[in-house]
Formats: sequence, structure tokens, C-alpha cells
Amino acid sequence: MTFWERNQLKLAPFLFLAPAIFIFLIYVIYPIFDSIWVSFHEWNGMDKDGVRGNGKPNWEFVGFKNYITLFTDDDEFYVSLFNNIRWLIFSLLAIPIGLALALFVNQKILGIRYIKSLFYFPFVINAVVIGVIFTWFYNPKYGALAYVLSFFGIDPIPFLADENLATYGIIIASFFPGIAYTMILYITGLTGVSREMIEAGRIDGASGLTMLWHVVLPQLRAATLIAIVVTLVGALRAFDLIAVMTAGGPWGSSEVLAYKMYQEALFNYRMGYGAAIATILFLIMDIYIAWFLYRLFKNESSEK
Amino acid sequence: MLLKVINFGGKMKKLLTLVILFTSTIASAGTLVINSNQSGESSMAGFNSYVEAFKAAHPEVTVVVNEFEHEAYKTAIRNFLTAESPDVAIWFAGNRMKFFVDQNLFMDVSDVWDDAGLNDLMASTKGSLTVDGKQYGVPWGYYQWGVYYRKDLFDQLGLNVPKDWEEFKWVCAMLKKNGITPITIGTKFLWTAGGWFDYLNLRINGYQFHMDLTAGKVSYEDPRLDAVFDHWRELIDPGYFLEDHASFSWQDAQAPQINGEAAMYLIGNFYVPTFEAAGIGDQMDFFQFPTINEGVGVAEDAPTDTMHIPAGAKNVEDAKKFLAFMSNANAAGEWAKIAGMLSPNKNAPKPENRFSIMGAKMLAAADDIAQFWDRDSNPDMASAAMEGFQEFMVKPDREDKIRARLEKERARIHGAL
Repeated sequence: MTFWERNQLKLAPFLFLAPAIFIFLIYVIYPIFDSIWVSFHEWNGMDKDGVRGNGKPNWEFVGFKNYITLFTDDDEFYVSLFNNIRWLIFSLLAIPIGLALALFVNQKILGIRYIKSLFYFPFVINAVVIGVIFTWFYNPKYGALAYVLSFFGIDPIPFLADENLATYGIIIASFFPGIAYTMILYITGLTGVSREMIEAGRIDGASGLTMLWHVVLPQLRAATLIAIVVTLVGALRAFDLIAVMTAGGPWGSSEVLAYKMYQEALFNYRMGYGAAIATILFLIMDIYIAWFLYRLFKNESSEK
Repeated sequence: MLLKVINFGGKMKKLLTLVILFTSTIASAGTLVINSNQSGESSMAGFNSYVEAFKAAHPEVTVVVNEFEHEAYKTAIRNFLTAESPDVAIWFAGNRMKFFVDQNLFMDVSDVWDDAGLNDLMASTKGSLTVDGKQYGVPWGYYQWGVYYRKDLFDQLGLNVPKDWEEFKWVCAMLKKNGITPITIGTKFLWTAGGWFDYLNLRINGYQFHMDLTAGKVSYEDPRLDAVFDHWRELIDPGYFLEDHASFSWQDAQAPQINGEAAMYLIGNFYVPTFEAAGIGDQMDFFQFPTINEGVGVAEDAPTDTMHIPAGAKNVEDAKKFLAFMSNANAAGEWAKIAGMLSPNKNAPKPENRFSIMGAKMLAAADDIAQFWDRDSNPDMASAAMEGFQEFMVKPDREDKIRARLEKERARIHGAL
């Protein structure tokens, strides 16, 4: 027997995995460490051996200076961080709304299939298009919102031009696709809910919210976990809607970490500073990823 | 997740640029590769007319144009200048150019200026392409800034074009009293607020002070800037600017003027094709930003768009021919005309559009020409400052806080004074 024949079974999985691992190392693992390395430098993104107009080198090791500036001397960083937290908390509202919609369309009514697909439609639309639509919707002069409010004698609310409301305005726009997605998750989940249990619940006198809370929801746990995961990932990645709707404004009040990083690195030529923001965002995500992995392993081991 | 996406994006872009450049440079001599940001309809038509004219005059050169989207070009240029250079790159004069000159990424083309007689033909814009006495590019077009206003509304109310600050405020007050928004503006993308700061500072403190400020040599808490913010406030406090302007892009802010709800717009000449297409070309007119301080010379914002030869260019010989071709008055004039700009070539056919004619006359009489806030200043200072200007226009009471913040940013970038 040759070496290959003897070890075929042991080696095959690694060979099949090799291309994926190789790409993962190059495009995920290496950039993470490279970004962290860059974050300890001042760098304008140009030739590392070159010199700037003011005589300073393009690439200079500065230790923790970027992080110190970030935490002690940059108000916008805290604005962005706080906005990220608002995104994390409020975007979760899409989940109960999606559940309510799913329960609503999960009935046997003539034409409900079409209604379902209409509700799902926003998820298919590109985020940039949604951003543009909502920008028009909020337009305090000619927008639909101002028009509706005028019926009630209310002055237009300039959602995107108000430093306190801009982030909420964008989060509401993110509900548009977010609700559609969680709704579909729950509709699929609802098809798996066991009829027997509902019957049994009925016999025991449960109905309405009690039934939902104690009988239906526990069976939808898998769908809920995915909904939370997807929504939180979406919230942390929030970028496209912000870029389209406010460009981080007014005066930077709707920026999140991802947007600020983009702004600093690509517009202000501060690669090192941008990398430091990215590293902070990465650490925040790590907390969440750790929680998610913990849940995943716990679920898997309890299934065994 | 995010890290992955962004890094991948960066690599992808580089790879794409590489692929494009590789396929287009398959190094046969006589191939001239040009990277261009002239992505708008009229801009592209103007640029193409120049390329066609050049091809006709130099049939031995094969021209390959890589077209980029205008905004994406601003980040792409740093990649392609360091990785795989084209032979000619379109860019902007002033600080935007100097950044790459400092990095030794643009070639000295003073010889082109000498050999093609550009020193004489383009004397008016030469300064904005000069660093330490050498020229690093050739301009192809520039345009004026000023106040575009509804003449019909002015006539209805019997208002005249304001010549100085008092008259300007009076015009605003009269318009406001008659239910018309005096000044439309959309500050969502910030730079329009930079235009207001430019003009107020140029009219109050003059060109040299303005240039010192953009170069980071003057503090943002300097008492000479008090007057600028005070004057600005005289328009903000009575509500002369369009309400909720932070919601609007510069295009959104056109609507109130086109609808006849707003009267004046401080903007560049690129606005003209839009309002002409909207059918109010005959109702519109133009005036120079009013005088504020009698003692200072008249300076105007006139951003200049340019061509450069990257340091890594392979076909320098043909690239110089392409730049030198700007001495051809007809080709140069045609490019600027179609793109809605003024030609820097003094022999180019005179503009026919009345707004361009007014602009040419105004700029010819100006003592000094500034590029524009975000082209004269350092990029990170420019965006921080314009954010501050936007905030000031909505929350003028925060003036001290905003100026302290800008000064902190200035000190970080340019060093303590």
C-alpha cells in the first residue's frame, strides 16, 4: 500500500479544506493582524518610505498614540460609539414587529400569498435605493412625511437634519428591509409549530398572548436566534444607509464607528487612526461573536 | 466581518485597477493611457472632443481612456499613482495637487509650459499649478462662483442687485418680508457652507489672510475671524437661509429656487445647465458676491481642473504632447465650452453662454483667485472645518465651541503656532 492509500481517509478532509483555509488566511486573518499593526502607526496611505509636505515621514511608529487620541481627545468617537449602541438596541425592535407581521399573514385568507410577497419586497431592494427613498420621504419641504403631518397641522420634522433625530431616522429606514427579513424567518418557523401542542394548550385553557408566549414562541427559538444574530450583524455593519441618507451628518452626529473609520482612512488620509477605530470595532464584535459561539456550542452539545 | 469586507474591497479595487491597466498598457510604444474622472454627461462629451482633436493631430499615438466615476476617482487616484500609473491623470489644482507633488507622484512639467508657450497663454491660472517655481500640471478648465438669483422675483419687488453688505442684507430682509426664502443652500455634503465661508473671509479679511488660514498658519480663534462669523450670523439669525438646509444636497436646494420660493444661490457655474433645463434660464441672472470691506482687494473662488503626468508614467513623451496640445486654442476652448467651463487658454474662442461671459469678465478683473475651501485646505482640515461651518449655520450659539474644536484640529494637523 502506498502512503496515499494508507492515509487517504485522514488526509482528504484537509485537502478539501485547504483552498478555503488558504483564502481565509489571506483575506480574513492576515488583514486583521495587518490592521492592528497599522493602528500603531501614523500613516497617510502613501509610500511607506516617502516624506510628507511638512517633512514628516509617511509611515511612523507612534505606539498607542492613536488609541489615546481616540479615547481622550476625540468627541466624535464617543458620538459614533454611542450611535453604534443605539443601533444595536433599537434595531432589535424589528424582531417583534416582524413576528407580529408573520402572525398576521399566517392566516388562511384569499390572496394572502400576494400580501406576503408584498411585505417581503423591501428585503429585495438594494440598501442604497432604500436610503434614497427614505431621504425623499423625510424631506421636510416636499417629502411624504411632511405632507402627512401637515394634515394634522404639525410642522415638518427635519429628521435627517436634526442632530438628535438623525440616527433614529436612519434606524427606522433600516427597519424597512429588517422587518421583512425577520417576518420571513418567522413564517418559515411557524410552519414547523406543532399542531398537537397548540391543541393541547387550548384544552388547558390557553389563548391569545399566553398561547403565544408559552406555546408558540418556545418553538420559534431557532428562528429568534437567527433573527437576533442577523439584526445585530446588520446593526454593527450599518454604513450604506448612513452614507446615503446623511453622510454622517448633520456635523457628524449620525456617524457610527464603521463610517468614521471610512471617513478618517479614506477621506482624511489617516490610515493609522482609521485602523485604530477598526480595531475597537473588531473588539466590540468579538464580545458578540463570543456570545454567539457560546450559544451555538451549547445548543449543539444539548442536542447530542 | 466588517474588516474582512473592507480589506477585501481595497484589494479588489487594486486588483481591478491592475487588470484594467494591464490590459490597456500592453506596452506598445505610442500608447497613451489616460485616467479620467469626467464621468458626467457634458463633462465626458467635452473631454472626448479634446481627445478626438488630439488624435487627429497626432495619429501616431493610440489613446486609451480609463473612465472613473467622479467621486470614486478621488480615492482611486492614490492607488493607481502608487501602483500602476497611467500616463496622464486628470485632477485639481491647489492643495489637492500639492499633496501629490509633495509625495513626488506628479512630474515637473515646466518644460511643457515653456515649449508650448503656455506661460503666456495660461498666465492667469499658472499660479495654482506652481509649487516652488515649477509647474506640475496643465489646467484645462475653470469656472466662477457667485450669486445666481431670480431676476423676476427681484423685479417684482423692485429690488436692485446689492453691491455691498448693507444692500445685501436689505435685499434679504425685503425678500423675507414677502414670504420668499432669500438664500437657498443645501449643506448635507458640507462644501456649499465652505463657499459661504470662503466669500465672507475673502471679502472681510482678503486673499492673503484666507490663504494663510487654509495653509494652517492662522488660528481659528484669531480675532480677525470674529467679523466673519458675526457677518454670517447677520444672515443666520433672521432666518435668511433655507430652513433645514442640512437635509438637502446642493441639487435638492435647487428646487425652491426653480419653484420661485427662494431667490438667491451662492454656487458655481456648473449650476447653469440645470436651471436652463428646468426652464427658468430666462428668469435667472448672476451677480458678484457683494463687497464687505472696502479696503480689501477683490478675490473670487474659481476652482481649476487640471491634467498631470504621474511620476510613474511610461509614455512620458506622448503624455507631454497631450498636455502641450492645450496650446491649441480651438481644442482647448471646445473642451471647456462643452463641459460648461471657461478655458484657461486666453486665445480660446470667447464663451457664448451669458453666465460664462459674465464669469469670464468678473474673473479677468479679479485681483486674486482662490480654488475653493476644500481644494485650498488640507483634506482632513477641510472636512472638519466644513462640518463646523454647517453646525454654525444651524446652531450659531456654539460658535466658540466650534472654533475651539477647529483650532484643536488645526494644531494637530499643522502644528502649534
